[in-house]
This record gives sequence, C-alpha cells and structure tokens, in this order.
Amino acid sequence: MLIRTAARRRAAATAATACALAVALTACSGTTKDSAVEEGGDTGAAAASANPDAPLKKGLKLAFLPKQINNPYEKIVDEAGIKAAGEYGATGKEVGPSDASASSQVSYINTLIQQRQDAILIAANDPNAVCGPLKQAMKKNIKVVAYDSDTAKDCRQLFINQASSEQIGRSLVQHLGEQIDYKGKIAILSATQNATNQNTWIAFMKDELKLPKYKDMQLVKVAYGDDADQKSFQQTQGLMQAYPDLKGIISPTTVGIAAAARYLGDSSYKGKVVLNGLGTPNQMRKYVKNDTVEQFSLWNPEELGYLGSYAAAALASGQITGAEGEKFKAGKLGEYTIGKDGEVILGEPTVFDKKNIDKFDF
Amino acid sequence: MTTLLDKPPTDTGEGRSARSLVDAVFRAREISIAGALALLILFTWISNPRFLDDQGVKDLLLNASILVLLAVGQSVVVVTRNIDLSVGSVVGLSAFACGKFVAGTDHGVLTVLLLGAALGVTCGLVSGALVSFGRVPALVVTLGMLYIIQGLDYWWAQGEQISAGDVPDPILSLGSGGVLGVPWLPLIALVLLAATAYFLRSYRSGRELYAIGSNPEAARLAGVPIRRRILGAYAFSGAVAGFAGALWLARFGTVVADNAHGWELTVVSAVVVGGVAITGGTGTVWGAALGALLLTTIGSALIVLKVDAFWQGAITGALLLAAISVDRIVSLRMTAALRKRSARHGNGA
Repeated sequence: MLIRTAARRRAAATAATACALAVALTACSGTTKDSAVEEGGDTGAAAASANPDAPLKKGLKLAFLPKQINNPYEKIVDEAGIKAAGEYGATGKEVGPSDASASSQVSYINTLIQQRQDAILIAANDPNAVCGPLKQAMKKNIKVVAYDSDTAKDCRQLFINQASSEQIGRSLVQHLGEQIDYKGKIAILSATQNATNQNTWIAFMKDELKLPKYKDMQLVKVAYGDDADQKSFQQTQGLMQAYPDLKGIISPTTVGIAAAARYLGDSSYKGKVVLNGLGTPNQMRKYVKNDTVEQFSLWNPEELGYLGSYAAAALASGQITGAEGEKFKAGKLGEYTIGKDGEVILGEPTVFDKKNIDKFDF
Repeated sequence: MTTLLDKPPTDTGEGRSARSLVDAVFRAREISIAGALALLILFTWISNPRFLDDQGVKDLLLNASILVLLAVGQSVVVVTRNIDLSVGSVVGLSAFACGKFVAGTDHGVLTVLLLGAALGVTCGLVSGALVSFGRVPALVVTLGMLYIIQGLDYWWAQGEQISAGDVPDPILSLGSGGVLGVPWLPLIALVLLAATAYFLRSYRSGRELYAIGSNPEAARLAGVPIRRRILGAYAFSGAVAGFAGALWLARFGTVVADNAHGWELTVVSAVVVGGVAITGGTGTVWGAALGALLLTTIGSALIVLKVDAFWQGAITGALLLAAISVDRIVSLRMTAALRKRSARHGNGA
C-alpha cells in the first residue's frame, strides 16, 4: 500500500510538472484566442473550474469503448478519434466487448479505471447498466464522454451527438414523406428494443408524424431486427406480408437497412416500397445503383470520432467542465459549444443518393 | 457374446419387429414435428393468406436453408454422443474469409464454396482430433474452438465490413436466384440432407456412428473404429458449417466478423427439437431438418401474426423442453417394451 501511494504521489508530481511546463509553453499561443477567453470567463463563473485558456495536455490517454468491438461503423468512429488524438500528442486505444448486451461494457470500464486512463469515450449499450462504473470513473477524475449512444445524463460529462436526435428522427420522416407523397402506411425497422439512440429517434419520428402534413401517413409497426442479418430479413419479410399495402420503411440502423435492401432488391416487393434510413455509403452503394434504395442518410462517422476525441481532451485538460455554453476548439472542425445537458452536436446528417454516393468511401 | 452365438437364425423375425418398433417410434417423432409445422403454417396462412404466396414460400425456404444445413452437420456429431458448439463461429469465419477472398475479384461460385468447405474441414478436424484422440469432452473442446475461431475472426477482420457491392454478382445470385422458381439454397440443403440421410441409414460407417452414440463401450468391443468415426463426424460438421458460411455470404451480401454469432445454440435447439437425442444414438437428419424448419418458421409466423418478438425465444424454449420430455418418455416406454419382448422370447425358448 505504502509503496503504491508513494509511487502514485511521484506520478502525480511528474504529471503536475508536465502540466506546468505545458501551460507555460502554450501560454503564448493562447493569445490568439482572446475572444474565447472572454466568453469562457463568463461561463467559468457558473462552472467552477473551467479554464478555456488551458492548452490541451500532452500525453493524455484516451480509451474508446464502442458498443461492440466488431461493429464496422464504430470502428470508423474510433479509428478517427484515435488518429485525432495523435494530432494533439495524446494516445488513444479501442477496447470493447464482442457482444452488444447491456452489461457487457461494465468490466471494460472497471479495467480502464484501474489503468487510470484520462478519459473514457463510450457508446453505451444501455443507458443505465454502465452508470455505476462510469460514476466511479468520474470520481477518480477520469473524464467520461458518451458518443453515438448516450448514457443516463448524470453518468457522463459530455454527449457527442452525431446530429441532434431530433434532427435525425424528423429528417428521416421528412425525406420519406417526400418520397411517398405523404400518403400511405409506413413501418420502422430498428435494432434492439432497448437501444437508446434508436428509441430517441423513433420518438422524434412519431412526433414529426403528428404534424398535419403527415395526416395521410400512418406508422403501423416498429419492428426490431436486433442488428442481425437473418432477423432483419425476417422482420422485413414479415412487414411486407402483414401490411401488404406498406408504402415505406425507415431503418435507422446500418445493419437493418442493408439487410432490408438486400431482401427487397431480390423479392417481388422491389419498387413497391420505399426504403430510407441510416446506412454507410459503402454498404448501400450497390442498392442505390440498382434502384432498390433511392436515398439514405448518415453523418460522417470520422468527424464524430474526431470531435469526440477533441472534446475528451478539452475536458481532461480543464478547458471545459461540461457545463452548458462552454466552448472548445475541435481541430479542423472548428469551435463547438456545449448545449443543454452536456450535449455537443456534430452537425447535419448528409443525404446520399445516386448523384453523390461515389464521393464517399466509408 | 455367448448369447449372441446361441441365438438361432430363426430369431430374425423377432429382431425385425423390434427394429420396426424402433423405426415406428421415430417415424412417429418426425411425423409429430411435421404435424406441428403443418398446423403452424395452416394457422398462420388462415389468418394471413400472404404467408403462403409465392414470395412467402420462397422466404420460408430461404430462411431455413442455412439452419437446415447446419442442423444436418450437427446431427451427425450429436448421434455419436458428442456436440459441436463451434459451428456458429465457423460460419462467421468462413463467411468473412470468403467475402475477403472474393471482394473486388470475379472468383466463381464453386471456388468460393470449396474455400468455405475447406476452411470448415480444417476447423472440424482440429475439434475432432481433440475430442477423439485427445479424449477431451466435446463440450469443452468445441466451446474452446468457438472462442478461438471467433477471436481469430475478430483479429483478422478488425471491424472491417465486406459490402454487397464488393461481392461478384454470380455469388449474390446464388443466394437469391434459383431454377424454375425454386431458390438455390433450399435445393442445396435438400440434396445434402438426402445424401446424409442415405449415408447414415444405409452405410456401415453411418450405422457405426449410431452405435458409438448409443453405447460407446459396446461399439468399441464390436470393433468400430471409434476415433476415426468421431473425427470424421467433426470433419463433416465443420465442412458443412464452412460451406454454410460461403452461402451466408451469398445470401446476405454484407458480412462482418460476427456473422452467425450465437447460432450454435439455435442449431443445437433445432437438432434436439427435431428428435436427435442429445445423449446420442437416436434421431435422423430428416427430423433435425424439420426442427430447423420449424424454428425458423415460428420466427416468421410470429411476425406475420403480429406477435411480440419476445415470444419467439419463449416458444423455442418451450419446444425444447417438450422435445426432451417426449424423448425421455419414449425411451422409457421403449426400453420397457423391448424388455418385455425379450423376456417373452426368453420364456419361449
């Protein structure tokens, strides 16, 4: 025990010196951000210790904890985040479970706490299951940033939202509405029943559908394909059989939309139902080109990882504390402001169609 | 041994009727699954006629094909009183490997199928060697293999995804196209099923697999090359799983590392529901295939009937328990019946 405490104290001392040095070094470059200083000063009064002028610390250790280690989408996000960490002299790594079940991330968080990472970036499989360990982490001064899928609000400092949930939910309904001329039955093909992000989007979709212009559109079913190929196939088949006059399907999950597109493209339903949702250009290219799918959307996952990485570093360096109104610089993406409940929004989703899909490769 | 020698040749009549009793019991078993399946389909069809339109039938067959294949492979292992839990990850590895192999090339269908099967055989041989020559319990070996193969797959894939756009069209059309309106996948499954059924029933080595499963000690004394047969069973199960992986690629187009994650349990369920006793020695691949068809059809029917997805798991579980209870009752009854027969025969002599 004694030895360990001594070692820790020594480590703390070196860290402190390193910080002091870093502060001294970057103090001169800080002068270019005068405006940021002023604004930061205002919000600083509210949030105890935010110092917007603090430079990004060198040698920070960031850990990305995706929903599932083999999810291609999260892989893109995490890799971009790790690469961004390299830009400001930090190191990043990705660890995570092989299945996306609610509690699978807990043991990883505990390990990361023991490793004394400076920040944990997490895409939560379940908003509450990860709460306990994340609070432990914050107690030990490890910064917690949720991305992609949020945790409960008091279990993290920031949530990097790929686009506001509201924007995603509403825009998918708007796009589909235009495609089917605001008439007919529609269904949603989601991932799992308890995925936070999916459920938030679906709630906004339902809300958007209440507007008078959608009075002839009727949401008949929310189906869950569990992000598994076979199940998503079966759900799509079931939807088409159960609702033969279905006009449109929204699948806000990359696995679901690819499976649905593959199924519809080869079935007798091709052309009878409009499929829209969230997918990556690479997986959807074939279906856009063979006219199974006219358009779909997604934000740029690389930018999401990049922004998350910078946000975590800003937290760990004391530039921000996660309070509403604080601002930080995210490298090439420019300045971002923290919104309500610690949310930072990446921007508008991109719509991909035949015309622009070949410009993207992810 | 002496009793065997003592038996007069006239005994065959008695022996045949015992055999036909056993046959009848198991045919009854398959008929009952087929009946359940027919009832389910009928009920769903009445409440929604579209369930059995052209597209509907095609979908049901396509959905079941891969599971049927895997169930056939698994049955061959299970009748020897072993189990192969690595099939899910073999499918995953094979699907990804095949995807990687064909991505952006114009490799033919046959090459890909052979590659998948070859990969599967390799995995099966490793499991089989450990079980048969290493004498490690199959449950542990194949569970270990499940994780090893999965780990290998994850390490290799690193989250990479093969998209349908990268896969050559002939391979994709294997997964969706067909001949005379019948899709390829169910045809392939049926051919393999029939061939395996014929082998298990009519070939000496096929019968030996059952002998090993019903009484390993007796099989050894009767001169059955147990190790070789078990190794063979695993190689076959592996090959089928690898082959199914290639078909997975053809069917779904998009593959990542964790395809068929967790399927091993579905496959074992299908096999058990289909009347292949987990304790070995009894059951047919036809039954296993019907079990697979029943499980996937339940999945589709529930959606069409607009029943909550939650019930699918519960119903599968109930079916499993029912199947195992039936197995137990039937085997108790049959032992009693056979004992009575032989007692009668003994008295007569």
